[in-house]
Amino acid sequence: MAEQLGRIDLRKLILTLLMAVVGILFLMPFAWMISASLKFEDDVLSFPIQWIPDRFNVIENYKEVWTGALPFSLLYWNSIKVTILTTFTSATVSALAAYAFAKIEFKGRNVLFMIVLATYMVPPQTLLVTQFLLYRWVGLYDTHLGLILLNSFSVFGTFMLRQFFMGVNNEIIEAARIDGAGHVRTFANIAFPLIRPALATYAILRFIWTWNDFQSPFIFLNSDKLFTIQIGIKSFADDHGNIYSLMMAASVSAIVPLLIVFIIGQKQVIEGMQLGGVKG
Amino acid sequence: MQTMESRQQANAGSKRRRNSLRGWRENVAGYLFVAPMFIGTSVLVLFPILASVVLSFTNWNIVSGFKKASFVGFANYQDILSDAIFLKSLGNNLLILLAIPVTLAIALTLAVLINRYIYLKDLFKVIYFMPFISSAVAVAIVFRVLFHPTRGPINQILMSLGVENPPGWIADPKFALVSVMLIMIWTGIGFNMIIYLAGLQNIPKELYESAQIDGASSWTQFTRITVPLVSPTTFLLLVAGIISSFKIFDLILVLTNGGPGNATITPVVYLYQKAFLELKTGYASAVSMIIFVIILLITLLQFYGQKKWVNY
Repeated sequence: MAEQLGRIDLRKLILTLLMAVVGILFLMPFAWMISASLKFEDDVLSFPIQWIPDRFNVIENYKEVWTGALPFSLLYWNSIKVTILTTFTSATVSALAAYAFAKIEFKGRNVLFMIVLATYMVPPQTLLVTQFLLYRWVGLYDTHLGLILLNSFSVFGTFMLRQFFMGVNNEIIEAARIDGAGHVRTFANIAFPLIRPALATYAILRFIWTWNDFQSPFIFLNSDKLFTIQIGIKSFADDHGNIYSLMMAASVSAIVPLLIVFIIGQKQVIEGMQLGGVKG
Repeated sequence: MQTMESRQQANAGSKRRRNSLRGWRENVAGYLFVAPMFIGTSVLVLFPILASVVLSFTNWNIVSGFKKASFVGFANYQDILSDAIFLKSLGNNLLILLAIPVTLAIALTLAVLINRYIYLKDLFKVIYFMPFISSAVAVAIVFRVLFHPTRGPINQILMSLGVENPPGWIADPKFALVSVMLIMIWTGIGFNMIIYLAGLQNIPKELYESAQIDGASSWTQFTRITVPLVSPTTFLLLVAGIISSFKIFDLILVLTNGGPGNATITPVVYLYQKAFLELKTGYASAVSMIIFVIILLITLLQFYGQKKWVNY
């Protein structure tokens, strides 16, 4: 062991190189996507694959995607709006409920918690039909508000944040309460700041899930002008199904920004997923 | 945790006796804090699921309206369970499950390598996690082109390697489901890998050290220490994988739309077609209930199976 310190382990180095080769193969679809999005349509499927094109058509491709009939600028704005509002609402609703379930002694707490937890077992697709009818009935169908509300009540978020609030020392809470602080102040000034890292992790996960959500906007939106990226890109692909360079430029536009967010926040995303265990 | 909770409750109990006003205020505060979450889930989950149960016994159709709807007993369920397309969709979903052990095996191998045997751990975590974080719609669109039967890059490469009749992938009913599974494996590896990485941290290092002293090879350490001790994680991922396989919607809808010839239809896609294309509300509600029961059974199996099958 001691002789390995300070010098590079040869076996480890070889395995790292092998892993790098596998990793490059693994990311090939992305590389192909980006490369195709830069090309003239005629060159997209030429073989052998030109990873770096001879001639570029980048500006034209991306211009069509971003300013065409269903402009990605609009889709982005809609997605950003829906995602940020959903993330904010969901984090707030979950944090409030989580605090109560962890730190307030009220009648029926355990029963209410079990009811909320039980709804986690209901797969979202089985709710689509009746949620759709409900939305049509109350006028939330084809609105951003409806879409935001749909993903704002997360059992996963409530459960996860509750675990963190349980970790907050009761004496700190009690001390604040004896000093005359109500639960609102105790929550806002004391408990909330203590679990801020957990809340940030949950917010990042919710952001990614909402950003990538296809099913809810697909079922609950109808007007083009309200479309988010995920359904926008499908409808773009339906319209330009045979123009692969444009479809790849659209895919790059849908994937790459979120990949950048992920790479910046990788630690929190990965730890959050490990914490959550299951996607919810 | 349990003792802490019971102490908490005891504390709260004595306080409540001392000051019933405080208890009343605690109740009000509790209900107000929980209200948004509880009302939201009641309206968007509890009410819809109960309504689904009722609707599943009717022949309601959105177009014809409420007035023409009537109760039909178990007729919808009988129709569904004898519908060849629904049975095909269930069969497809069962076949899709085969992708899970493959994903798990690759993910565990990568996790072990990243955990102990290579440099630049964080970089590789990010690389393998990328497909999982990517929009399934965009991924499906990319693979629609990559899998193109004659001119797609995948088959071009296969042909240049000497494969004379490469499969038609998503255009070929025999290979369409395999194509879906390959993409599922590709996107699923990253998630399973990082959960395994978390699981590996719970295995005491001393076990490996003493195995090394005894001269055990890396392979022996893997099969005798890692695999058995990481089995709780494997079980968790297996169940999570089965449940999420019943929820795949975006990938299939965009990649193949259930085709060709229903080769890739799954219960959820079937549900979508009945509910939103054929507008058979009552019938689709019954499909929802069947999917719900299947997932409920798997979840229960998890609760009871955990003790039985997990090593330690």
